[in-house]
Amino acid sequence: MSHTFANGFNAGRAFIYATLVFFALLYISPLYIILTTSFKDIEEIRSGNLLALPDEPTLYAWIKAWGSACTGSDCNGLAPFFWNSIRIVIPAVLISTIIGALNGYVLAQWRFRGSDMLFGALLFGCFIPFQVILLPMSILLGKMGLANTISGLVMVHVIYGIAFTTLFFRNYYVAIPSDLTKAAKLDGAGFFSIFTNVFLPMSTPIFVVTIIWQFTQIWNDFLFGVVYSGSGTQPITVALNNLVNTSVGGKEYNVDMAAAVIAALPTLLVYVVAGKYFVKGLTAGAVKG
Amino acid sequence: MLARIENYLPKIVLAPTTVVMVVCMYGFIAWTAVLSFTKSRMLPQWDFVGWDQYERLFNNPRWLVAIDNLGIFTLLFIAISLVLGLVLAIFLDRNIRAEGAIRTIYLYPMAVSFIVTGTAWKWILNPGLGIEKLVHDFGFTDFEFRWLVESDMAIYTIVIAAVWQSSGFVMAMFLAGLRGVDDNIVKAAEIDGASPARIYWHIILPIMRPVFFSSIIVLTHIAIKSFDLVQALTGGGPGYSSDLPANFMYTFAFNRAQMGLGAASAMIMLFSVLAIIVPFLYSELREKK
Repeated sequence: MSHTFANGFNAGRAFIYATLVFFALLYISPLYIILTTSFKDIEEIRSGNLLALPDEPTLYAWIKAWGSACTGSDCNGLAPFFWNSIRIVIPAVLISTIIGALNGYVLAQWRFRGSDMLFGALLFGCFIPFQVILLPMSILLGKMGLANTISGLVMVHVIYGIAFTTLFFRNYYVAIPSDLTKAAKLDGAGFFSIFTNVFLPMSTPIFVVTIIWQFTQIWNDFLFGVVYSGSGTQPITVALNNLVNTSVGGKEYNVDMAAAVIAALPTLLVYVVAGKYFVKGLTAGAVKG
Repeated sequence: MLARIENYLPKIVLAPTTVVMVVCMYGFIAWTAVLSFTKSRMLPQWDFVGWDQYERLFNNPRWLVAIDNLGIFTLLFIAISLVLGLVLAIFLDRNIRAEGAIRTIYLYPMAVSFIVTGTAWKWILNPGLGIEKLVHDFGFTDFEFRWLVESDMAIYTIVIAAVWQSSGFVMAMFLAGLRGVDDNIVKAAEIDGASPARIYWHIILPIMRPVFFSSIIVLTHIAIKSFDLVQALTGGGPGYSSDLPANFMYTFAFNRAQMGLGAASAMIMLFSVLAIIVPFLYSELREKK
């Protein structure tokens, strides 16, 4: 319910709208500036107005950002790193979501002595600053031969994503009366068949929330990417940062901006298409971590 | 036999997660803790030196700057995000036309990575071509805005970008909270002749205490973990004037081969988070019982 007041404050409505619109413009302006800058040529950027629309829109910056901009010593654009991120994100999201679903199912419906404590101990993982695990993890990855590999990054994202995915599913399944599981058990259904026949069919919303959450988290990750990837396996966030900080020749702000949009596009797209679920995950996950 | 396995299935399903959690969370934290008492540099080694690394840490001017910055950043970031998020939520809650569209605009920055945010704001705040030039173009040629390259102001650019990215999320939390407020209480107060301002201040805001609480926790958590934004926006510069603890840890542990010192800084970060999270978790869990 929105709240309306019968009395007074009507003079204030103009003020309310003005404030809301003012801030909407403020929030949208960076996106507007990035987009317009990415379609300008460098001459226009130097001489023209920051807020002006491009005089002669050009795809130059986009083509260069995608295919030939320098990210450190390589000059192959963001494309290879975009694919790296996809190769990291897809398995990491799927594996951590499936593990989270099963964990959540056990923790909500098959409690045993100590299971609540286990959940509490796991929940803690949503809160730790990852700096405390960076060093030992890099040594473990080295010992496993996974240093600087895509598989290594997938593993790290799965391990530190499980706390969140488990939390999501556990909180979703805990709201489902345990009588349902008990009745199914009496009918002779087993652990997995109850999961696939009873719980999975009603889990679509929570799967969507979890997948979106994990996708956004992992696609946007920089810390693990910068610490655990090598020159050929960097995710797009690391490549974008390198691209912006590489200055071969003159600084091309239009290329930087096109690169930023390319890096942001997948998650922005998810936000536009499934914003409702995105917000749900944000508030559910964020309240807890 | 099969029935016996069936009985253990829930525990078997949780076993891998439990092992990974014990090793990769708690084990790794313990490992980092032990490391922080050694003089490890390039590689871990086990010569114990007591609290030496912590002493070195707190005698390191760069760490002291990082801590100061964290204080400034956390305080401003939280205060501004809270006020902005609350005001926007209250205004949006007053039967606004196009509420959905405006909400979408406030929240979209949350979908992009801090690296993208940093890249965008680095361009907007660019001393030569960004906002400064824009204001010059409007005729105010004396205008100066070069926080990005001023040692004592660079940290505030981090605040600006972080507020842009996260305040929409606070708005979403407050809006959800406001929608949960019982309309009858508000109506009763109205009948008693209370003004909207008084109703918000004396009735609605106190009800929203938990939202304030969890917003502050989440924002503090974001602040202490902040790493990518600094890396992308200022690179910690000029010099190390805008470093945060997470950037300090990364630089010393991975670029300067000062493992022991890096581990000590990570432990300090962990304990800062714990100091905030533990009371929160405690009260959360107690409320639920």
